[in-house]
Amino acid sequence: MSLLSVTRSSLAKDLRLEWRSKDALNAMLFFALLVVVIFSFSFEPSAEESRRIAGGLVWVAFLFAAVVALNQTWARELRNQVLDAYRVSPAPADALFLSKVLGNFLFVAVLELLMTPLFIVFFDLRALGATWQLLPVALFGTWALVVNGTFFAAVSLRTRSREIMLPLLLFPISVPALIAMVRATTLILTGEDSAFLPLVFLAVYDIVFTTVCLLLFETVLHAE
Amino acid sequence: MAETAVQLTKVSKLFGRFAALREVSAEFAPGRLYAVFGENGAGKSTLLRVMAGLTHPTAGTVTLLGASDLRAVTAQLGYMAHAPLLYDELSGLENLLYFAGLYGAAEPARCARAMDEVGLDPGLERPAGQYSQGMRQRLSLARALLHDPKLLLLDEPFSNVDVTSARAMARLLGARRDRGLTIFLVTHQVAHAEGIADESLWLAAGRLASRAPGTQAARLGGGAA
Repeated sequence: MSLLSVTRSSLAKDLRLEWRSKDALNAMLFFALLVVVIFSFSFEPSAEESRRIAGGLVWVAFLFAAVVALNQTWARELRNQVLDAYRVSPAPADALFLSKVLGNFLFVAVLELLMTPLFIVFFDLRALGATWQLLPVALFGTWALVVNGTFFAAVSLRTRSREIMLPLLLFPISVPALIAMVRATTLILTGEDSAFLPLVFLAVYDIVFTTVCLLLFETVLHAE
Repeated sequence: MAETAVQLTKVSKLFGRFAALREVSAEFAPGRLYAVFGENGAGKSTLLRVMAGLTHPTAGTVTLLGASDLRAVTAQLGYMAHAPLLYDELSGLENLLYFAGLYGAAEPARCARAMDEVGLDPGLERPAGQYSQGMRQRLSLARALLHDPKLLLLDEPFSNVDVTSARAMARLLGARRDRGLTIFLVTHQVAHAEGIADESLWLAAGRLASRAPGTQAARLGGGAA
């Protein structure tokens, strides 16, 4: 069983489970929707102000919503102790981790696709910079959130209050990436400067943390 | 085949100050069925988890099929826990196909055969979460046997299973043992182990209190070492 085949089958299984239960997607969507509506009622910014604050609002909303999905990721592996079946198998630990990261990436990407038009409408957003650069910001930013989130959700798996532990572990380590995401988004929306540097930072952050998480995951999986 | 399927050398497991296993030492030959008995909390499940590599012993060594690195022999190990280790939202066949994939054996025909062997209909489309407890136990056994392991660890496989199905499961285990599979069977239901157990062990307070042919250890209890 190769890394690729187990990753593919685990991802397919997770997508099927989510399609049938819709635990993560429904919770994320409702949460993000609430945030958008509450933010839109709380602030009444001009178009110029919107461009300045939207980056922060969007990414904070996505970060909080992602935590909901991240908690679900491993919770379904704990039901019936299914994770033990994986732990006693010869399947590589990396494959499980990668499948979870890819699954969460897809879930959060779907959320972003659905919520972005709402943000645009509610905050009257129009980018003055290179709009296409929002795509790499979204890709790198989402990966940064889910790779660490998936890892720390696994770390907090066996703790008694894992819903609390995950944000406590994830948020501090995500701050550099979050700053880069917000900075890049704001630069693109306001058109003040190039978003190249924060994008490079995000790419490096992703590479470093993906590597570290992959190296450490086997230890986390087999910890008691 | 290794001369010793399982070797335990002074295996102890502490959970805080509670000793679940205390210096358990024993050797087990391959191709035999060992019934493990003992009262609740005697350490039976912990012993299986230690052998499966799910729990690390606090002291001592476990050698499975000649390897002390248990990760090296996972492909030859089948494990059925007290919990079913199944996804409730997937059908029986979908569950087996996924788990077979972890062993590089995701063939629908093989999975269907495994379900058939335990008396379940492979065409059953309802999710495993809607199975009766006995059906889940049988599906769990099919999952553990799916990849033709050399060593099978079973924790209470007959619990909540009706008598007819339990007998069928016992017959299946006996047949697999006859084909060379080494089986450790933790159970409280001595009757189901009778006729298939080659040897039995009695665990008491984390110690191996007795070892006897057939299911005699269940009768001896901790009375004879």
